[in-house]
Amino acid sequence: MRLRSLIELEALRQSILQKKDPNKPCISLCSGTGCHASGEKKVQEAFRNELKKRGVDDKVEVKSTGCFGFCQFGPNVVLHPEGTFYHSVRVEQVPDIVEKTVLKGVILEDLLYTDPSTNLKIFHEKDVPFYAKQMRNILGNNGLLEPTNIEDYIGLGGFVALAKVLGEMKPEQVIDVVKKAGLRGRGGAGFPTGLKWETARRSPSYPKYLVCNADEGDPGAYMNRSVLEGNPFSVLEGMIIGAYAIGSAEGFFYVRAEYPLAVKNIILAAKKARERGLLGKNILGSELDFDVKVIKGAGAFVCGEETAMMASIEGKRGMPRPRPPFPAESGIWGKPTNINNVETWANVPLIIRNGVDWYQGIGSKTSKGTKVFSLVGKIKNTGLVEVPMGTSLRTIVFDIGGGIPNGKALKAVQCGGPSGGCIPASHIDVPVDYEGLKELGAMMGSGGLIVMDEDTCMVDMAKYFVSFTQSESCGKCVPCRIGTKRMLEILEQITQGKGINQHIATLESLCATIRDGSLCGLGQTAPNPVLTTLMYFRSEYEAHINEKRCPAKVCKALIHFEIDKDKCTGCQACKVRCPAKAIDGQPKKPHSIDQNLCIKCGVCQQTCPTKASAVMRLDNLSTEAAR
Amino acid sequence: MIPDQNETVKQCGIKTGWEISETESHKLAKILLKYHKKKEDLISLLQEIQEEFGYLPRNVLHALSREIHVPEHEIFGVATFYSQFTFNQPGRHKIRICLGTACHVRGAVGILEELQRNINTKPGSTSKDGEFSLETVMCLGSCALGPIIVMDGDYHGQMTPLKVQRLIEDRQKEAGT
Repeated sequence: MRLRSLIELEALRQSILQKKDPNKPCISLCSGTGCHASGEKKVQEAFRNELKKRGVDDKVEVKSTGCFGFCQFGPNVVLHPEGTFYHSVRVEQVPDIVEKTVLKGVILEDLLYTDPSTNLKIFHEKDVPFYAKQMRNILGNNGLLEPTNIEDYIGLGGFVALAKVLGEMKPEQVIDVVKKAGLRGRGGAGFPTGLKWETARRSPSYPKYLVCNADEGDPGAYMNRSVLEGNPFSVLEGMIIGAYAIGSAEGFFYVRAEYPLAVKNIILAAKKARERGLLGKNILGSELDFDVKVIKGAGAFVCGEETAMMASIEGKRGMPRPRPPFPAESGIWGKPTNINNVETWANVPLIIRNGVDWYQGIGSKTSKGTKVFSLVGKIKNTGLVEVPMGTSLRTIVFDIGGGIPNGKALKAVQCGGPSGGCIPASHIDVPVDYEGLKELGAMMGSGGLIVMDEDTCMVDMAKYFVSFTQSESCGKCVPCRIGTKRMLEILEQITQGKGINQHIATLESLCATIRDGSLCGLGQTAPNPVLTTLMYFRSEYEAHINEKRCPAKVCKALIHFEIDKDKCTGCQACKVRCPAKAIDGQPKKPHSIDQNLCIKCGVCQQTCPTKASAVMRLDNLSTEAAR
Repeated sequence: MIPDQNETVKQCGIKTGWEISETESHKLAKILLKYHKKKEDLISLLQEIQEEFGYLPRNVLHALSREIHVPEHEIFGVATFYSQFTFNQPGRHKIRICLGTACHVRGAVGILEELQRNINTKPGSTSKDGEFSLETVMCLGSCALGPIIVMDGDYHGQMTPLKVQRLIEDRQKEAGT
């Protein structure tokens, strides 16, 4: 049914709330991509079948919701109304859960989360240390609603902000509120959103376009995907408000094709909103006309840059162009275009609904609100973390992330993807906001935090990021196209043990040239991973160059494997599995590795039943010491 | 229309290798119906063609160029720019390996090398027997399970070179029986 006025929207909300029985048992399953990959689909089916078998499928609801963020322990399940939180649920456990917890209210202790520091079992999701220190404004509703169910969203206060804007505010007032709240772009650079909107509004030509930038290309970052997958209506609502403020009638969602679920959910959400009269002509009976189109990105990192994205939307090669003119003046097809990141749009309804003062109260002096980070790498609790701006990196890594697994030490945190930098463990207390990270040579980026332990080689890391930017460089500017190639070659030589002293100086001068001579953000920030690793981990570069040694024992040319004759039991496991047939030895007698044949794949170390104790990974120095 | 153009080519007796079969022509026409045949739809069109055919066949692109009035070189310019597009026919088993940062720090490079050794294929191509095709992606967003590979839509997380050997062996056994 199409909603024709604000009153009808409110009436619908009331009827949804009345129909809802807060005491009805409901099994909520996280169906984000992380849990999906861990087998959520099968678990969900098992729940449905089990309930049907027992004839209670009409009394208990099964909901597949958006991402809970606790990806390490997927598939995650919350049983309402009690709110019991079970993690890593397997299909075999489903009958037990239905029989005991759902029907009898008995809690299965084995499935509860155990706090590793106190060894206590935790019943509720919110008490898990991973969640306790977060402030989940953007992600909070993910676990409560079915992503493409518009009634769920309306029941949770959805479109209240839109109603407020349409009913009580002038476009200029909306921009003023966003400006005063201090919302800054969540895509990386942190440009004030209100200012961007104002420029687009003032721009004299028509039509005006809005774009939601969901081309989240940073490897190791997936916060935007989770918002789009889990709560697409919140982004849509933000965009409709933006359309009202800027005076636009058409919007685009530019979503990575690698995120099929996000694409599906946003298309479905737009369709449902259209049916309800929340998109299209005369939204909620007002003068506002606005509709959106979903465009699938085709896998080019540079398209995250706004001018490149606009070229891509026009159906061309996604290559950036110089600014000015800025997109707000001349964007898609030469018309004013306003591009904001997914998370920025999702912040807008919250600001309108809760007010400027509420938003100003969250975050640090210059950066307001919360920010979602994807915390990945060598970390115990991989997942999505939402904290107020200015929270220290230590809180994020140790209190929320649970620290480093396998008793290893933290070495660095890479922040901001290929454009960001490595923050060394010594700066772990840095407040995470736009300015704090910039001071250290890193940047907020879209919010990927990759944790590295002592087994990560920083030269290899720099090489990884440069090889990424090198292959993603669109080729328009010479410094970026050729400079990144030359940097990559040098880094390859260093990691292969062919480094010379001159290399570090050459790298530094290349970095400066690429940074100063490139047109877009990709080139300008491409040197950051090299610059920060050179700044904080210069000794590792020097060890590679001068001693031909990789301290983290990662770079293959600089390590080798040996079998400890005293520990080897001669079980032949490694010999069978060695792909290079480099291992020789009689059964029950110590084996040995032929260094000329060895390809250093490490399979022997993994197969060794005495768990890596007989097969040793050595660098040049430790061999000499051993001898 | 496409068949006409094919006719002309046939009448001239030129064998270009770009002739499009009737089924191919039908498939393309069906896709074209959904769009305005404007240049701005090019990327979406290519995506749909790849979905339908599994890759971008040379002859279909040739026909597409005639249909939407965009020169072939421009179509190729766009198709080669974006990493999603491939010009090779995929294998029976499609393998995608994630090389995102989180997977990288957990050893994805070793997994890729082991995969290449086992299926004898480079990223972006298909093995000679047509069994496996290998593709690399920068982040699947399932970082908690890294290093991760996706084979025929199934996620295999926390991979080790040893697990790769076993996985490929299983598939090869299936093919053998």
